[in-house]
Amino acid sequence: MKKIHYREWGIESPRYWGLLAVLGVLLAVGGLATLYMEHEGHWVTGMNNQIVWGVPHVFAIFLIVAASGALNIAAFGSVFGKKIYKSLGRLSGLLAMALLVGGLLVLVLDLGQPSRLIVAMTTYNFKSIFAWNIYLYVGFLAIVAVYLFTMMERKANKYYPAAGLVAFVWRLILTTGTGSIFGFLVARQGYDAALMAPMFIIMSFAYGMAIYLLVLMFTFKLDGRPIGDKLLLRLKNLLGIFVAAVFYFVVVYHLTNLYGTENHEYEAFILRDGGIYTTLFWVGWVLLGMLVPMGILFHPGLGRSRGAIVAASVLVILGGIAAMYVIVIGGQAFPMAIFPDKIIIESGFHDGVNGQPLHYVPSLPEFLLGLGGIAVALTATFVGVRLLKFLPESLADEVVDPHHG
Amino acid sequence: MSQKIDQERRQFVSVAGVAAAATAVAPGVFLLGARAEAEPRKEPVTDKVRYGMLIDTTKCADGCSECVTGCEKENGLDLLRMPEGADPEEWDRQRPRWIRTVKVKDRLTGRVSTLPMMCQHCEYPPCTDVCPTGASFRRADGIVMVDRHICIGCRYCMMACPYKARSFIHENIDRQLSIAPRGKGCVESCNFCVHRRDNGETTTACQDACPHDAIVFGDLNDPNSEVSKALREKANTQLRADLKLNTGVRYRGI
Repeated sequence: MKKIHYREWGIESPRYWGLLAVLGVLLAVGGLATLYMEHEGHWVTGMNNQIVWGVPHVFAIFLIVAASGALNIAAFGSVFGKKIYKSLGRLSGLLAMALLVGGLLVLVLDLGQPSRLIVAMTTYNFKSIFAWNIYLYVGFLAIVAVYLFTMMERKANKYYPAAGLVAFVWRLILTTGTGSIFGFLVARQGYDAALMAPMFIIMSFAYGMAIYLLVLMFTFKLDGRPIGDKLLLRLKNLLGIFVAAVFYFVVVYHLTNLYGTENHEYEAFILRDGGIYTTLFWVGWVLLGMLVPMGILFHPGLGRSRGAIVAASVLVILGGIAAMYVIVIGGQAFPMAIFPDKIIIESGFHDGVNGQPLHYVPSLPEFLLGLGGIAVALTATFVGVRLLKFLPESLADEVVDPHHG
Repeated sequence: MSQKIDQERRQFVSVAGVAAAATAVAPGVFLLGARAEAEPRKEPVTDKVRYGMLIDTTKCADGCSECVTGCEKENGLDLLRMPEGADPEEWDRQRPRWIRTVKVKDRLTGRVSTLPMMCQHCEYPPCTDVCPTGASFRRADGIVMVDRHICIGCRYCMMACPYKARSFIHENIDRQLSIAPRGKGCVESCNFCVHRRDNGETTTACQDACPHDAIVFGDLNDPNSEVSKALREKANTQLRADLKLNTGVRYRGI
């Protein structure tokens, strides 16, 4: 393996600024949507007292989950000592931080009182997994920043393995925290499961890897830097394995639920009768988000095509957003079992009369806020690679493969 | 001569001391007097009292929603107006409700009951467990409520409440009552008319409004209170008893 050299993103200025301008428009639109919702109040969204977390949470949680997953690539290099991935560590750390910031921004801008964020940072209820998460998120940013420093500053290189280990353990705890936001909710049939935490961890592996692959291929392609098949095929295989692992967890989750009678109605709702949630589950998450990408990635011919790898990664991401929609909103749309042995036939507060799902139609500003979060993550990444040496000059086979001819 | 001066000094110090003491104590005395007039709570809230409620659903009449009307009037929920341009159906899903009537049918027997639902004032409330800032809290006297000064509007308590008892204020507020202040972007729910508790009144607005005497409210810790006697007298149940939250609201007849 040759010595890896890193260089700032060298694309021509007009292209770089053009890219930032496009992202800037998305940021501006997201900002305006936020101002509109904050000024008017949440009545302009599709959220109500029945579905209290809407599309912004779908985007925010997806980005936060993907953030910890994006850090895995660095962990493969430092924690598991896989040299081939070491050259990918810098972009991994940067992307992880950028995605987390994007996700958190969406989350806090959707608060009813975003101006009281200082309260959330000074007044804690330590029984709340949300309060823990504030520490986990801020800690993640600090630890990954230190981790990046140990990678990029020669004098700090000796601390690189230790920082890598801390970052990896922290990211596992962080995603455990994110999954537990749902896993700790005893009230709702779709959430109250310890499986949520490991499932979110494995989802983070898949979604983080898909985003990483796309950003890596995009930044290298635009700058004319080579990525050899050796590395790319390894990464796409990893993506395939991670998606397969998500598939396994989804099957286990639903089979476990189907075993317990108390969950039959919820399972019938998600798997058969839930309308948009059922469609998003089967078509969005299972078929397009898992089966088709696995088919592409493990296909002997298609799996070697870069276009197909890009398509598979895009599908995994879209499937991931569908997954979050099913989990976050589908889990709320299913009426709560306040009277387990009774059917509600009339209600003054939309309690799911006759088992009907609760109503939610997302509004445009909610989507724009979510897209704004993605734009924040991408802008931070592109500015980062432009200003600092995050990207290797080459990932060609002869550079990354110690056994290359 | 010097004895005379000493006496004068002593007299002056005595008068000044009395005056100073009077200045220091008088406001307290007057304040105490003013408080006594309105009969507000004089002692800090303690766990000697646990407020609770029994709802006898066998007395609830089909179609009756007097408790809902009484609650909304008492707590200023009737002052809220649909924002201009809002969809009436969506607004109905967004407007806050502290109490609602629900009609349920037993899956096996087909027996139909009507009952009011509100915050169940759990002993171990999931809403306070999940609230990141501690804005959702349980008073020592068992009342579960929201400190709207530190509620950040994350709505996690709404996700956690097994009774869907909480509401989020989705719109700007221009009219409200000082006894039940509210603001856009905060969560709120039934607080057992906490302003009445703190002013020495013994009933809740829903109880007062009920024409069928279906609601009994009082101190669960006092074996001689009306609610304790009623709870002892006939079998009653708590909603989602499986969660072991030891709710302060109990139901008879469902």
